[in-house]
Amino acid sequence: MSEENENKPTTEQPAGSAPAEPGAEQATPAQSAAAQPATEQATPAQPSEQSATAQPAAEQPAAEAPRKETDEEKAARRKAAFEAKQAAKAAAAQAAAEAAKAAQQANASAPATAETPAAAAEGAPAGESPPAPPAPPSPSQPRLNRVVTLLRELVAEDAVEESYINEPNDHLPTLVIKNEHWLQSAQLFRNHTELACNYLRNVSGVDYETYMEVVYYPWNMDAREGYCIKVKVDREQPSVASATPIWETANWNEREIYDLLGIDFPGHPDLRRIMMPDDWEGHPLRKDYVPLDPEV
Amino acid sequence: MQHFWNDPLGWGNAGIFIAGAVAVLAVVIFFVTYAIYFERKFIGWMQFRKGPNRVGPLGLLQTVADVAKLLLKEDTIPSKADKGLFVLAPVLAFVPSFVVLAFIPYSMNLQFADLNVGFLYYIALSGITTIAIVVGGWASNNKYSLLGGMRSAAQMISYEVPLVMSIVGVVMMTGSLNLRDIVIAQEGYFWDWNFLPQILGFGIFVISAISELNRTPFDLPEAESELVAGYHVEYSGFRFAFFMLTEYIYLYAIACLTTLLFLGGWNPPFPQLDFIPGVLWFFLKFAFIVFTIFWIRATFPRLRVDQLMSLAWKVLLPLAILNIFLTALGIELM
Amino acid sequence: MIRTEELLLNVGPQHPSTHGVFRIVVKLDGEIITEATPVMGYLHRGTEKLAENLNYTQIIPYTDRMDYVSAMTNNYVLVHAVEKMMGLEVPERAEFLRLVVMELQRIASHLVWWGTYLLDIGAISPFLYAFSDRERILGLFNELCGARLTYNYMRVGGVKWDAPDGWIDRVKTFVKDMYVRLDEYHNLVSGNEIFLARIKGIGQYDVKTAIEYGLSGANLRCTGVDWDLRKAEPYSLYDRFDFDVVVGKNGDCYDRYLCRLGEITQSLRILEQALEQFPGEGDTMGKVPRVIRPPAGEIYVRIESPRGEIGCHIVSKGKAEPYRLKFRRPSFVNLQILPKLLIGENMTNMVTILGGIDIVLGEVDC
Repeated sequence: MSEENENKPTTEQPAGSAPAEPGAEQATPAQSAAAQPATEQATPAQPSEQSATAQPAAEQPAAEAPRKETDEEKAARRKAAFEAKQAAKAAAAQAAAEAAKAAQQANASAPATAETPAAAAEGAPAGESPPAPPAPPSPSQPRLNRVVTLLRELVAEDAVEESYINEPNDHLPTLVIKNEHWLQSAQLFRNHTELACNYLRNVSGVDYETYMEVVYYPWNMDAREGYCIKVKVDREQPSVASATPIWETANWNEREIYDLLGIDFPGHPDLRRIMMPDDWEGHPLRKDYVPLDPEV
Repeated sequence: MQHFWNDPLGWGNAGIFIAGAVAVLAVVIFFVTYAIYFERKFIGWMQFRKGPNRVGPLGLLQTVADVAKLLLKEDTIPSKADKGLFVLAPVLAFVPSFVVLAFIPYSMNLQFADLNVGFLYYIALSGITTIAIVVGGWASNNKYSLLGGMRSAAQMISYEVPLVMSIVGVVMMTGSLNLRDIVIAQEGYFWDWNFLPQILGFGIFVISAISELNRTPFDLPEAESELVAGYHVEYSGFRFAFFMLTEYIYLYAIACLTTLLFLGGWNPPFPQLDFIPGVLWFFLKFAFIVFTIFWIRATFPRLRVDQLMSLAWKVLLPLAILNIFLTALGIELM
Repeated sequence: MIRTEELLLNVGPQHPSTHGVFRIVVKLDGEIITEATPVMGYLHRGTEKLAENLNYTQIIPYTDRMDYVSAMTNNYVLVHAVEKMMGLEVPERAEFLRLVVMELQRIASHLVWWGTYLLDIGAISPFLYAFSDRERILGLFNELCGARLTYNYMRVGGVKWDAPDGWIDRVKTFVKDMYVRLDEYHNLVSGNEIFLARIKGIGQYDVKTAIEYGLSGANLRCTGVDWDLRKAEPYSLYDRFDFDVVVGKNGDCYDRYLCRLGEITQSLRILEQALEQFPGEGDTMGKVPRVIRPPAGEIYVRIESPRGEIGCHIVSKGKAEPYRLKFRRPSFVNLQILPKLLIGENMTNMVTILGGIDIVLGEVDC
């Protein structure tokens, strides 16, 4: 853990950066980045900064940060962070589709947008509100629209809670599907001739503290395209219809999620603990899990 | 030795018999010690390793150290095991293996007992070891050893059939079961040895013999990758050593038998070379067979149970019978 | 009427052929398996839970211990996911080094598989031959990063150590020698009658089943599916090199065997080209912020490990530690098909089939 990290428990605080570099901020989460107007003049100064940062960055990779640093190094480091930040901001402002998703987009398009600073600067102030993005729409957008239409038509009007393109993740069309419509939607994904997702890449469970989420990654082996489906579920009595009858892959993955997160999967043929001992109490991957054994 | 058998049994005779038995035992134990050593050395060399090289000069005392370790080890008997049978099995396995050595002639005059039933004596006694293995597997009360014991019983009984049948050709050519007579009948150049006229029988005999020995590629009863160690999984210490000893004594016996039945025993490959003592020729051939068996072990993967069985019954047995017919035909025509 | 009973046999967790602490409870009718229930979790260390309290650089050593036979690809999937989230550029030399070590690792991993698989089948020598070659690869890794099994070599934005002097030449020599050794292996084993009788037609499944069970890697390719992430979704520098995806036809253990050995050849081809193009100079670490904080968001990144598709699903909240880190472990997913394949087979085939799937328990249990 570097000194810097200890100094700044709240990541959004641009502590100590102002004196060294006016307008520069440490790497803050990109949401806030997107929200703030882009006041910086960074790009003209970048070449010289790069030459300044290159040396220390190469000598001391991030993980090996020494506890004591000279002011010079600190400044250099801030500059590095600043640059990353800069790019992120510019990109976020340009892409800016939905405020909540801006962060993901910011990163993917960062390298591209950094080359056109003028455009980034123009787009920056509009970061807060979601206007029509100036960047070309994602190549996956038609696919996403089509899936949403299909789900609305064939499953239920309100089946899709939310849908967006996860741009850093290779423009992966991502859908949040209502829990009660999940089973039907899964069947649609599996059996509909247009989607035909015959392969399930991965199943993850995530505990978001206020709710839980099961994330499925179906994949169409013939067309070589995939989706990300999220099913949100209440945290008290989490229960998601099992996808095992549809994709056999889900079998052990769901058992693992049941074991580690305590999400029930009605319809699963053999829902038992898989990693932890059968008599284990609690579900370790939950954020509020407290180990019973004091020695652990 | 032969004339002692005809004398009435007295203290003197009994003493000679006991001394002879102890001598054979010493030879055999010496053989086993260094067979294990050389097996490990050879296989080590074949695998680009050095093999044992720490205990004693060139690692020559490695096996001695291993045996000492086995002797000093705690003797464990599983609590749910059938104690009587568990203790009996290693003895039951070892005794016949040692007794079969009695009839092997090493040269014209060096033989413990000259039996006219010869080879049948070997078959009859070695069958008892099969029982011992099943008993050991059963008494251990372990599922792996039970499976190993059962496999072993099936395998050894199956392979005894082609083993005996493959000899019939040799016996027909010689007209005798007596091993000395069989060797004497092979005198002359090396093409007079039985392995050429009886090439089919020789092949069947070698395959069946390796199978009888439970050695790779037929080591299913103790297939370590499936059954962990097969029938002796619960044995430790000296009881385990007895099973090992049994295995190597049979290796010794089979190598001797192959030499005698097919490779002309103590006969030199050319009669001109008969100034070299017969025992040495015998030993060279014997060592070659033992080496080949080690070599096979380092080379081949293991067969599956059903393949093993179908090999015995569907391939080797018909071939052995064919061999008998061909031999009969040959004798008739010549 | 003889009363017969099924025998309940507990194979593992300590068993020579389960390749780790894997346990499978089989019901035997004679030696025929009528039911098989895999039990795992003996090596579960809670990597995913631990990761939630570690920063990204600290997680890298934990990935080494998942698939400990192929630690380099595990390193890569994590750092690649983080880099993708943060949009980081990796210097070319670092990327080349990564690619070279990943391909060497693939060869090493397949050699371990080859050796142990033949050991399962009862041949002892190939195991030692394979390990002596693997030893050379481990020696090369040792020179590079001072470790032989758990390398902790890659970092977000690059690699920890540059190649020492002459290292590239030593890799070149190794590649040259390995071609010869591989031919010897084929001569020694691939045509052996007993070996063929043991693995041909064993553990067979078709394309549909393979996809249904989400198999990946050689387990999927053996059925004829042309699916290698290095080709299908090129990451790193794989799109610069010319190599083939080795596919089988029948989906049995023999095709899996040929696929894996074929992959060694392809890896050697990639290595040859990569070493030829290897940049002489350059940084091994890109410009990376001091504290790695991927922006809030989510990513699922997958690469081709020797065992199949290894994926890394990161949920970040913009902190230095991941909010949730999930690994899609190919061994874990591939192993699901085992109970289905075992029904009706005998004990001996159980070992053949289990070995053919190629699992590493550190990865199954994570």
